[in-house]
Amino acid sequence: MMHTLPNKSVHPCLRQDVMNDSVIELKALSRRFGNLIAVDSISLCVKAGEVFGLLGSNGAGKTTAIKMLTTLLPPSSGDALVAGLSIKTQSVGVRRAIGYVPQAVSVDGSLTGYENLLIFAKLYDIPGREREKRIRETLEFMGLSGDGRRLVNEYSGGMVRRLEIALSTLHRPKVLFLDEPTVGLDPIARDAVWNLLMGLRDKYGTTLFFTTHYMEEAESYCDRIAIMQMGTIAAMGTCTELEASFGGRSHSLNEVFSHYAGNSQETVGSFRKSSTDRATAERLG
Amino acid sequence: MVNAVLNNATGFIYKSLVIAEFELRKLRHDFTELITRALQPALWLLIFGQVFSKSGAIKTGNLPYLDFIAPGILAQSVLFIAIFFGINVIWERDLGIVQKFLASPTPRGALVLGKGLSAGIRSLSQAIIVYSIAAFLGVKINWSPFAILNVIVIVILAATLFATISLIIACVVKTRERFMGVGQLLTMPLFFASNAIYPTAMMPDWLKVLSHCNPLTYVVDALRSFMVVGSASTIGIATDYAVLTLSTIVLISIAARLYPRLAI
Repeated sequence: MMHTLPNKSVHPCLRQDVMNDSVIELKALSRRFGNLIAVDSISLCVKAGEVFGLLGSNGAGKTTAIKMLTTLLPPSSGDALVAGLSIKTQSVGVRRAIGYVPQAVSVDGSLTGYENLLIFAKLYDIPGREREKRIRETLEFMGLSGDGRRLVNEYSGGMVRRLEIALSTLHRPKVLFLDEPTVGLDPIARDAVWNLLMGLRDKYGTTLFFTTHYMEEAESYCDRIAIMQMGTIAAMGTCTELEASFGGRSHSLNEVFSHYAGNSQETVGSFRKSSTDRATAERLG
Repeated sequence: MVNAVLNNATGFIYKSLVIAEFELRKLRHDFTELITRALQPALWLLIFGQVFSKSGAIKTGNLPYLDFIAPGILAQSVLFIAIFFGINVIWERDLGIVQKFLASPTPRGALVLGKGLSAGIRSLSQAIIVYSIAAFLGVKINWSPFAILNVIVIVILAATLFATISLIIACVVKTRERFMGVGQLLTMPLFFASNAIYPTAMMPDWLKVLSHCNPLTYVVDALRSFMVVGSASTIGIATDYAVLTLSTIVLISIAARLYPRLAI
């Protein structure tokens, strides 16, 4: 299934450019739900400081993959190292090293932005004397300085997303996992979110690993992408590599995507998933 | 070695308190819930309590019926608050909040205990209401600080226990509709198969056995001996505390194992 790409026969972690400082390393990671193989033995490597996008249609296995990497879902077989720690045997260490922004809204609307941050600062053991300063800095960085004392229920969708990113990066994680971070946001809010994420990468060297449906986001911000189809990696590389893999003629990433991800209508997924998706979009929009 | 265990234990307690703080801060912004919750115990004491007190249908020895039922109604309102607590977790699951907490390094047991403790502190508002109405109705309340301290501990312990049962149900059924069904199914049997509104001595033998498997019976027994003057525990305070503490610990460890299922 893997399309001809440079070095395709070599294990991704053995490629010269990623072997030194990989911060995420999937080793034949798999997850089955009954008869359904949601993630089918995927292996890949992500370097420290890299922005890595996982693309694919609904039900391709993106969310399952991200749930395994964030230790929310145990793999059926295979393993992955995140920040050098095994998601199977060192899950608590992994949790300390990562931040996670789930697709659905993950801050509490009945608390203020500051209170949400305060609780997570305590859960991540940020020492008492540093807490206030850290929260203030983070609010400032996310452009929420004036809104810390307001109830999150009164925030706009873009502000909620920025607060969620703030919450997930208070403890300065090595890797930030984001599951469709811009779903339901208008283009201006999307740009704002991406500018902040890029800022995090530049200022703290945070590795970003995210899933998305939006090709143009992948094209503008990712160092490398992987396209998933039915639980496997159909193609992986930089955007330029993937476009070039189609032969000399120029192809848009959208064409590359439909080729690898398949342009058939989705048949998997679940009612719960789509109702959560829409509820999230509604809440943020 | 001892230090490591001690550090783990204090860390665990600290994280539980942070989770409880998370829940209680919500209450600070909106406490209407506490006021609406006051109605039910008021009805039970003012109507049911007064009527049955007059009728004399339930024999409670030297203890007036209202004095007998007041601790029972406190236990009942703690049960009702705590047993539906799991619905919050289902709500948090439909958002991404449960996932967010589970992806943090917080011990699973602390997530559960913290929720339980917050249900306990919510329940203390019920204690204030039941105490006020009971005092107003002339129930001879034991105001000694030692007795009140014990009541506070028992209320928190009971709420933690029932909130944990509720969390276990939530982890298993995962949807609001099914949760409400199971919750309803559970509350009335727990309430009626206890010594809350009549003494176990009045029960047929099979119900007596059942009521001794019911944690609510131990809650009521302990509350009754501390809350009102002239009422002694029929089971024994030490047994009450032991049963409640042990079952809470066992239930928390079950809930901690099931909790990650909410993220799937």
